[in-house]
Amino acid sequence: MARLYEYQSKKLLKEGGIRIPEGDVASTPSEAREIADRIGKPVVLKVQVWMTGRAGLGGIKFAESPQEVEAMASELLGMKVGNFVIDKVLVEEKLDITSEYFAGLVIDDYQKCPLLVFSSVGGTGIEEIAREHPEKVAQIPIDVVRGLKEYEVRNLIRKLGISGKLLMRLSGLLTKFYGIAQKYDARSAEMNPLVVTEDGQVYAADCHLTVDDYAAFRHPELGIEVAREFDRPPTELEKIAYQVEEKDHRGTFYFFQMAEDIPEGENYIGFNGAGGGGSMMSMDAVLNKGFKLANYCDTSGNPSASKVYRAAKIILSQPGVKGYFASGSGVASQEQYHSARGLVKAFREERLEIPGVIRLGGNYEELAIEILGSYLKRIPGKVEGYGRDDSPEFCAQRMEDLIKENAYKPHQVRPIIEPTPPSGCYSFQTITGEIFFDHQKCAECRTKGCVKACKPEILKLDDDKPVLAVTPEEAQKGRCTECLACEIFCTFHEQEAISIHLPIPGLKEYREKILEGKE
Amino acid sequence: MAILVDEISRVCVQGITGREGMIRTRLMKDYGTNIMAGVTPGKGGQEVYGIPVYDSVQEAIESAGLIDVSVIFVPATLVKSAALEAIAAGIKLLVLVPDRVPIFDVLEIHRFAQESGARFVGPNTLGLVSPGKAVLGMIGGRAETARDWFRPGDIGVSSRSGGMTSAISYYLTEAGFGQSTIIHVGGDAVVGLSHPEIMELFEQDSQTELAVMFGEIGTTQEERVADLLEQKKFTKPLVAFVGGRAAKSGTRFSHAGAIVEGTRGSYESKVERLKQAGAHVAEAVSDIPKIIREIKSKRGKG
Repeated sequence: MARLYEYQSKKLLKEGGIRIPEGDVASTPSEAREIADRIGKPVVLKVQVWMTGRAGLGGIKFAESPQEVEAMASELLGMKVGNFVIDKVLVEEKLDITSEYFAGLVIDDYQKCPLLVFSSVGGTGIEEIAREHPEKVAQIPIDVVRGLKEYEVRNLIRKLGISGKLLMRLSGLLTKFYGIAQKYDARSAEMNPLVVTEDGQVYAADCHLTVDDYAAFRHPELGIEVAREFDRPPTELEKIAYQVEEKDHRGTFYFFQMAEDIPEGENYIGFNGAGGGGSMMSMDAVLNKGFKLANYCDTSGNPSASKVYRAAKIILSQPGVKGYFASGSGVASQEQYHSARGLVKAFREERLEIPGVIRLGGNYEELAIEILGSYLKRIPGKVEGYGRDDSPEFCAQRMEDLIKENAYKPHQVRPIIEPTPPSGCYSFQTITGEIFFDHQKCAECRTKGCVKACKPEILKLDDDKPVLAVTPEEAQKGRCTECLACEIFCTFHEQEAISIHLPIPGLKEYREKILEGKE
Repeated sequence: MAILVDEISRVCVQGITGREGMIRTRLMKDYGTNIMAGVTPGKGGQEVYGIPVYDSVQEAIESAGLIDVSVIFVPATLVKSAALEAIAAGIKLLVLVPDRVPIFDVLEIHRFAQESGARFVGPNTLGLVSPGKAVLGMIGGRAETARDWFRPGDIGVSSRSGGMTSAISYYLTEAGFGQSTIIHVGGDAVVGLSHPEIMELFEQDSQTELAVMFGEIGTTQEERVADLLEQKKFTKPLVAFVGGRAAKSGTRFSHAGAIVEGTRGSYESKVERLKQAGAHVAEAVSDIPKIIREIKSKRGKG
């Protein structure tokens, strides 16, 4: 779930016609002071983080004067709350509150519909209050096709003893609230507290909205960087990984960094799982062996070889890992040779020095294991391939043994060198990259094996040299599946005449930063 | 018997000309699934592995006759439209293979399905297979492996993890236990047919003697299966495993989620409820065949 900050959520409420306190968000103490000046009343300062219970953590402060606001903002900005370093505070007018309520929206997996939850008590400790006083909580399932009608809300909240003007105001507000949540594909949304002030107006004093990851693409205006469940802002490497996922919808690539700095001597490994259930089972196996994970990664749902290649390059951008562990359910329906080829290309480019244990059980696993076995002999690190009859526990044991035997240092990140194909190369674009053929070298080729290796059959021989058998547009639109088979064949059996360039925007700079930091 | 699909079921594939659609149509056809038609708007008149392609589901039904099931392979953003089309054409079972389908789209599909008496599996599902009869979706990958991994028998398998659906079934086959129907209910927070509905189908199925369930943290599916056991609505032996023990607990969507769900959804809650209700809860996936052997030998004596 992509979380929005309070100030972002409130902006959406305001646009949808819900009253919010006057205020704005500040990134510097002087901005905070200017906002307070504009408001001209006592204010509240609230740190902007994706968590509740901020008051208890010292993240909410009240101030009487703009001077006081500036001093408090400089205290709050830069403060660490949980995994967050505060870079924004919301400065808002302080309301004269007479009563507090709670409203939230969840998606109910049993009734398969949104549920509006309303409580006549709100504020901190809402969960406990709701448990102890169920009579103060009301909920209503919503028909997503019909939408929520105002009379339904009136019927809901009148049961909690609300009447008169307040009944009208609240029911109007809650109806709008559902409309906003639906418009922005909210996975969850809540206003806590929803407050009534002395003049009888209803305000959303706080609001948190999370957007369905799968629908984030419908809302570019929200500026969601990484549509994933995170409890902290995404790291640089996670942002790079997410761009890969965004640009290639074949299969899923999920990357979560668990350690940004790996201390020397610690047993960290790079982790490449496949599929949720299989990944968890594999993770348990390595954790039980005492390993720590530098990252959690899941490449599943039939990703292209190019996507797995990029995943491996990103995993191997973490200096200090001692091994590369890849394992899924063990009985995958997807053709496993795609993953094998992606890994071969990545490991070869990295001249991998750490050992790898790759459990690619499933469809065509024999071929996948053979690809790993045949083509990774010339790199320093020892890479072993396993299949469905080798348990994750056994593979974790192999990881441990190989790391013990390994004479090389923990993983060192290398700079990314962009290939410079000779001029006049034959080339064409693929979905996410470009393929170059050095036809001068092709003249020396005996087997023309690249054409045979190309399963989608988009290559043909023209004057004894490989060229496209389809139009360049067709190749770029996906006829070339980026299976990497032609390049691997040519590299290992022929002339090294083919090179496939699969850029990963930002990774080169990222690695440069790491390498500079080391010096 | 098996549940949901057998060799008689008449199937159409929506998105048959796409990357996944084509590869998996091959799997289904080779395995013996009775594929009558494919649908890709704008590509009517083509053929995929000898299967005629139509411009709409309605046209497919008019030309190819009755369709029982539609398997959908269109991009995630088009799943809702494809599913509503199939429902409107009167198809009663849909298999939504793609992942990343927006949750409000799933809710809307459910709403229309409910109105028309249709059911759906997924989204984000590998599909299902009734070994020896038919496969829907992509489970097994190729007909050859699907025949090798899954064998006909009396165990019903329902799983929330795609990979583990195949893994568990393969280990059952290796241990000599065949399966009635194997189903991946889908990995998303809201899915069409979920564990409890599948258990009710296994209860009715004469071929199924015992069920295996791979659960996961989150949602209320496993707790609702425990309810079924207690209410005697599921009376066959159930072997369950719940994944996600090591995962951070407390991934709460919100206060509202906590108010509605209470402690349901956690690893502890699921295991405790299932044990209380009389399910055999496996500590490790690899223990499942052993537990089944014990249950079977006891029943044999009884």
